[in-house]
Amino acid sequence: MVFSRRQLLKATCVLGASTVIGNSSQANESQATNGQLGYACLVDLTVCIGCRKCEKACAEENKLPKPDTPYEDLTVFQENRPLDISSFTVINRFYPGRIDRQTGQPIPVFVKKQCMHCLDPVCVSACPVGAMTKKSNGAVHYNEDLCIGCRYCMIACPFEVPAYEYHLAMDPRVRKCTLCYSRLLKDGGTPACAAACPVEAITFGPRCQMCALAKEKIASQPARYVNHIYGEQEAGGTSWLYIAADPFAKMGFPTLDTYSPAALTRMIQTSLYENLQVPLLVSGAFLAMAGIIQGVKKTKKKPENEGEE
Amino acid sequence: MERYKPAPFERGFWTPGILVLFAVFFTGLFFVVARFVYGLGYVTNLSNSYPWGIWVGLDVAAGVALAAGGFFIAALAHLFGQRFYEPVVRPSLLTALLGYSFETLGTIMDLGRWQSAWHPIVFHQPESVLFNIGICTLMNIMILYLLFMPIVAERFGERISFLKILAWPVEKMLWLFLLIGLVTSFSHQAGLGSILLIAPTKLHQLWFTPLLPVLFLLSAIMVGFPMVVFETVIAANTFRRDSDIEILSSLGKLTIIPVAIYLGVKIWDLANRELLIQLLNGSGVSNAMLVEIIIGSFFPLVLLFFPQVHNNRKGLFIASTMIVLGVVINRVNVFLIGFTPPQATVTYFPSIGEVAVTAGFIAGIMLFYRLGVAWFPLLESRYYGEES
Repeated sequence: MVFSRRQLLKATCVLGASTVIGNSSQANESQATNGQLGYACLVDLTVCIGCRKCEKACAEENKLPKPDTPYEDLTVFQENRPLDISSFTVINRFYPGRIDRQTGQPIPVFVKKQCMHCLDPVCVSACPVGAMTKKSNGAVHYNEDLCIGCRYCMIACPFEVPAYEYHLAMDPRVRKCTLCYSRLLKDGGTPACAAACPVEAITFGPRCQMCALAKEKIASQPARYVNHIYGEQEAGGTSWLYIAADPFAKMGFPTLDTYSPAALTRMIQTSLYENLQVPLLVSGAFLAMAGIIQGVKKTKKKPENEGEE
Repeated sequence: MERYKPAPFERGFWTPGILVLFAVFFTGLFFVVARFVYGLGYVTNLSNSYPWGIWVGLDVAAGVALAAGGFFIAALAHLFGQRFYEPVVRPSLLTALLGYSFETLGTIMDLGRWQSAWHPIVFHQPESVLFNIGICTLMNIMILYLLFMPIVAERFGERISFLKILAWPVEKMLWLFLLIGLVTSFSHQAGLGSILLIAPTKLHQLWFTPLLPVLFLLSAIMVGFPMVVFETVIAANTFRRDSDIEILSSLGKLTIIPVAIYLGVKIWDLANRELLIQLLNGSGVSNAMLVEIIIGSFFPLVLLFFPQVHNNRKGLFIASTMIVLGVVINRVNVFLIGFTPPQATVTYFPSIGEVAVTAGFIAGIMLFYRLGVAWFPLLESRYYGEES
């Protein structure tokens, strides 16, 4: 127990350190290489007006089916909508508790939800066949040709993002935001949602720059923001970053550790099976036990039946 | 002691019980076909928040734990030389083999892309717990079929000499096969415990402990012999034959140690994480945990200490059934009751189709067991006659 906790702490420190080192060294690198963390999106929740243009752009880019209610219909905010196979991103409305002084009404906050594209993605660690990979441009990429449909990625995801095509009998897919992977491959491409945002609530760029921008914004307007960049550390860091005026726990963001939730199982797997050390050790122990027991038996009574009958 | 002499069990196959089993089996099969024709969503109540239902939590997770007994008893008799237990080895191997076979079928059914089920053999991702479980289960099932080869050869070897060639390496190097089987079995039993440790926000804290793989392994070891007792007594009752009370009673006594260890580690772990007092708060999850501990290990542990219990067929059966039930409840608790995604907007309750398939699989195991003992020399022939 104590041992494993310490190990986890250690893993956290290493991860944290690498993030810091990564950030400072990247500042000098050219924009083209992007360091190792790739691109990221910074969402300023104080700017978002909940127009759902990003949802529409996303659906068009990914050729998702049209929803029952049009994107202009804002009554959808009455309930908290989860991600689905027909929507890779959704905007949900929250009332974290601030009151408008003039009207006396609670102030709504619109929160965009999509795959967070973690730096150390839990789905990538979970997938038994490597169908999920973290690309150098930052995207967590799903390869449907490798996928076996076990849905362990959905179990693993701390943000509860991946959706599944349960209704398909043949070749159902895991569906989630791709960070517009194919758009990013083109020079100067940005994700469709970021390009569509009319109020520039989403800024797209190299992750280190987005972190720096977030810090700059918080520092320059400390009254406007809480001092927390969601995604900078959460789950070991994500490629979607958020800044807001309210505590994130009040707006549907899960409270997560600063290391990837994959750290524990990774530690278990590597410490047991990296060089097959434990299975070999256990085999040896069994053999020794069997030898001793058989030996004792043989000396006890005269050898009457040899071998296997 | 008389020499162990198994033979095919030849008595009327068609009984009312068999007809019921066939009905349940074919109902399950109907939904299996529906799943392949219309997809997972048509038959199951699975959702994006609850991607795994009873096919994983009950059929696979609990089924695998219960199927482990076959390996343990075979290893006890042939690797550790306790020949005394031989009469129960072959029927236990059959149930293990059937358990693993149906569990594999269940897993493949649950895969969205079942035709890609072979991918883990070629595309490795060793960091994944599921990859580890998949490979170990595959090795396990291959070894189980190989271990069965000498029995098949004994029956049909005269007519099909190819069977003898298959059986030869197993007979010569039985210890090696048993060793590999035992280690891979340990590995994936523990693996099933690690699998949900990747989701700390979703698995309820009562069950979320880094010791979960250890607890899963210990409980699989604990349930091994009780499962043998359970199925031996059921088979003996249905076939109206006697069973070796000496063997069953020493299996019962051997069970005391692993149950005590499991219960000790479980309580220590809860105490260590300061959750013991929470068990009494009356909430659903706490009660689920209490049921699991009291029925699954506390009662049977106390019961098994009494000679009236461990020397009595009925007493042994009751204690063993409790342990078996306890492990099933534990797996269901971890995979279904304790799995609570905080952002879920829906809940999970198994559909009729899911229940029918699970019931069909259990009926299938029983049917094939009945066929197995009729075709192959598995059961002790000494007890076939009325005289015993």
